[in-house]
Amino acid sequence: MFKQKTIEEVKSASRKSSSGTTSNAFYNNPRIRGFFYQIALVAGLLYFFGTIIGNTLANMEATGIKTGFDFLGAAAGYDVLMSLISFESTDTYGRIFVVGFLNTLLVSAIGIFFATLLGFIFGVAHFSHNWLIRKIALVYVEIFRNVPLLLQVFFWYFAVLSSLPGARQSLSLGEAVFLNVRGLYLPKLIGGDLSSLVWIALGAAVAGIFVLRRWAKKRQELTGQQFPVLKTSIAMVILFPLIVAALTGFPFTVEYPALKGFNYFGGITVIPELMSLAIALSVYTGAFIAEAVRAGVQSIPHGQTEAARSIGLRENKIMSLIIVPQAMRVIVPLLNSEYQSLVKNSTLAAAVGYPDLFNVFVGTALNQTGQAIETIFMTIIVYFVVNMVISFLMNRFNSAVALVSR
Amino acid sequence: MLALGIKDYLIKTPRYTVTFRQFLTMNVDENDSLKIVGTLVAVEKEQQPTQKRIYIMAKKALLTASILAATMTAGAVQAATLDDVKSRGTLTCGVSTGLAGFSQKDENGKWSGLDVDMCRAVAAAVLGDSEAVQYKPLTAKERFTALASGEIDMLSRNTTWTHTRDTSLGINFAGTNYYDGASFMVMKDLGVSSATELDGANACIQAGTSTELAIADYFRENGMSYKAVTFDTSDQTRQGFESGRCDFLTSDGSQLAALRIGLANPGNAVILPEVISKEPLGPVVRQGDDQWFNIVKWSLNAMIEAEEQKVTSANAADMKANGNPANKRLLGAEGELGANLGLSADWAYNIITQVGNYSESFERNVGMDSPLKLARGINASWRDGGILYAPAMR
Ligand SMILES: N[C@@H](CCC(=O)N[C@@H](CS)C(=O)NCC(=O)O)C(=O)O
Repeated sequence: MFKQKTIEEVKSASRKSSSGTTSNAFYNNPRIRGFFYQIALVAGLLYFFGTIIGNTLANMEATGIKTGFDFLGAAAGYDVLMSLISFESTDTYGRIFVVGFLNTLLVSAIGIFFATLLGFIFGVAHFSHNWLIRKIALVYVEIFRNVPLLLQVFFWYFAVLSSLPGARQSLSLGEAVFLNVRGLYLPKLIGGDLSSLVWIALGAAVAGIFVLRRWAKKRQELTGQQFPVLKTSIAMVILFPLIVAALTGFPFTVEYPALKGFNYFGGITVIPELMSLAIALSVYTGAFIAEAVRAGVQSIPHGQTEAARSIGLRENKIMSLIIVPQAMRVIVPLLNSEYQSLVKNSTLAAAVGYPDLFNVFVGTALNQTGQAIETIFMTIIVYFVVNMVISFLMNRFNSAVALVSR
Repeated sequence: MLALGIKDYLIKTPRYTVTFRQFLTMNVDENDSLKIVGTLVAVEKEQQPTQKRIYIMAKKALLTASILAATMTAGAVQAATLDDVKSRGTLTCGVSTGLAGFSQKDENGKWSGLDVDMCRAVAAAVLGDSEAVQYKPLTAKERFTALASGEIDMLSRNTTWTHTRDTSLGINFAGTNYYDGASFMVMKDLGVSSATELDGANACIQAGTSTELAIADYFRENGMSYKAVTFDTSDQTRQGFESGRCDFLTSDGSQLAALRIGLANPGNAVILPEVISKEPLGPVVRQGDDQWFNIVKWSLNAMIEAEEQKVTSANAADMKANGNPANKRLLGAEGELGANLGLSADWAYNIITQVGNYSESFERNVGMDSPLKLARGINASWRDGGILYAPAMR
């Protein structure tokens, strides 16, 4: 169908098109065509998914399954174990959704915090000069990375936390902190009238640290003199609020948990479902982060350490000033995916009954209303958005730690 | 059914040649549609001018999409469950993950219980063999999805017949095989003798049950507070109760009796006298298949009717030959009852000889001689002062 064109033909064709007297119609313009194909593709996809959704809804209608989002405004009629906002059984499914969402954020945040802590401690411990510490780091990683997470959640819940004594035989620490099979009970600070001043002082201290850091850095660049930033910061954070508290006459009362009837009331309760899930997620993800940290540190050539030594830096300074900042470029992208898995893994909450989004919404709400498509759709969106946000923040962080060439 | 803005195509398969529009209204299986897509692709490749390649690709994508969509619709059209069960040769029946007396697997892998007998009765009626059942253990949360998605043919898992479930989940309740109510179980050493003393206590409940709703109502009504600790399976719920995570366990009375005998020391636990809700438990089928609905409904009624007529597994053969007209109608010696259901004449005869009448099943699984030791109570036949009553078998 196509005969080979001679060089001359091609040349003249291109001359023609550049002089504007082209015989080629607009549909031969690659840009317009590309645009059209994209539109066609999107339209095709929309049509495809639209048909599937339409058919599903029609089928559900035909089999008598309720559809639509009206259920979000209906009273749920059941209670949830733990809620960061007030919740009663007369509240709606919409509120259940928020309750579950906040609980998911809570356990994910706790998990990410402790997993990072454990990961960095054990990751760096791998390079310790102490044989025992190195081996402990190795055993930690190997054990917790290789046992299925669900098993670990069960272990902490059913083997460890369930064997704690009952409510009336609680373990206690100075009659202020109590631990029993129903959870950990901590005293709670209740602020009086002037307590907000103390919090303002704390905020001022934190803001002051940033100012101090910038000032110290500038001074070092100009004069070469170092300022003890860390020690000063710690002192500020402790002293500022303390002084204000003393001046205002300590406007706090402490609420201690106390046994009333069946349970401890008052103070802060950390339920064992949350504890076991948070511990399991932290320890499991921590093992992966430890490996990421190890990989990051190993990626820095040994020459860097030697060079640092030769200019007379101390060992701990070599780690914090030379190795870790460079290793972060390798570690941060890995952290990103570990954090995202942690959020997704938090759906194992259902195994121990922690009321996270998946458990209260895809579990109970779906079961009571039967509206599978709607509940699952809403839940997928939430996990998707949360992970997009994590990804966004970590990418920002990544570009902050990336090597800046001067 | 589907509005298509594209030209009509002729579709040739080894089995038929139709236009695309006709094709969309036909029942096709997946293999067919795949083959058809294959054919279209092949035909168009031969004659395509290069410039039109992408245009054709878009058209093909559209076609594939429409065919897939059409197949989905076709596949979702309610199949006759009876035919499926017959051609498969077994009935798939959803039961609990393990609940003594109702549906429980022994060490040889054999299922037994009142709910299991319901599955066996339907298998006996449809297939003539009460053992031709494949059991599917389901938690409370999984059960309705499993039924709606067609994973099981029927659900027989101590499921409460509620208005909301019946009207909004796309399911139908085929009757009641145990009238129950939610209650509380506590450890004796808690020193509680009435549910009204439970203010501020922790409750162990199974997630996705009607009990979750009943207990919320009860505590609200009585101005008391509680914490609901929910678990996925009854084993976990029992463990939570035994470990002291909760002060009481709440569920339907029959399930409490079953869970109690599973405790390390059943003597330590007591069931409180209060019954806080109505929990009629019964078999469930998908909505939209009336024939199948009738089969399950009348299999249960046949067991209840047999007890009313004093027909048992032992005397059924004799009654079929020598009984009164009602006996003969039930057992298939006279009348059209089997044929009306689309079953053989001996459908009920098979149920009664292989599974027994309701009373036999009750006593064997949950009655006074079983470990559960449940009294017939309101579950007695209406002739004996209970509320079990089968519609007229004629
Ligand atoms: N009848 C109630 C409760 C049914 C239920 O699931 N009860 C639990 C009692 S703890 C059970 O039987 N569990 C057995 C299992 O999970 O396999 C309902 O339909 O929602």
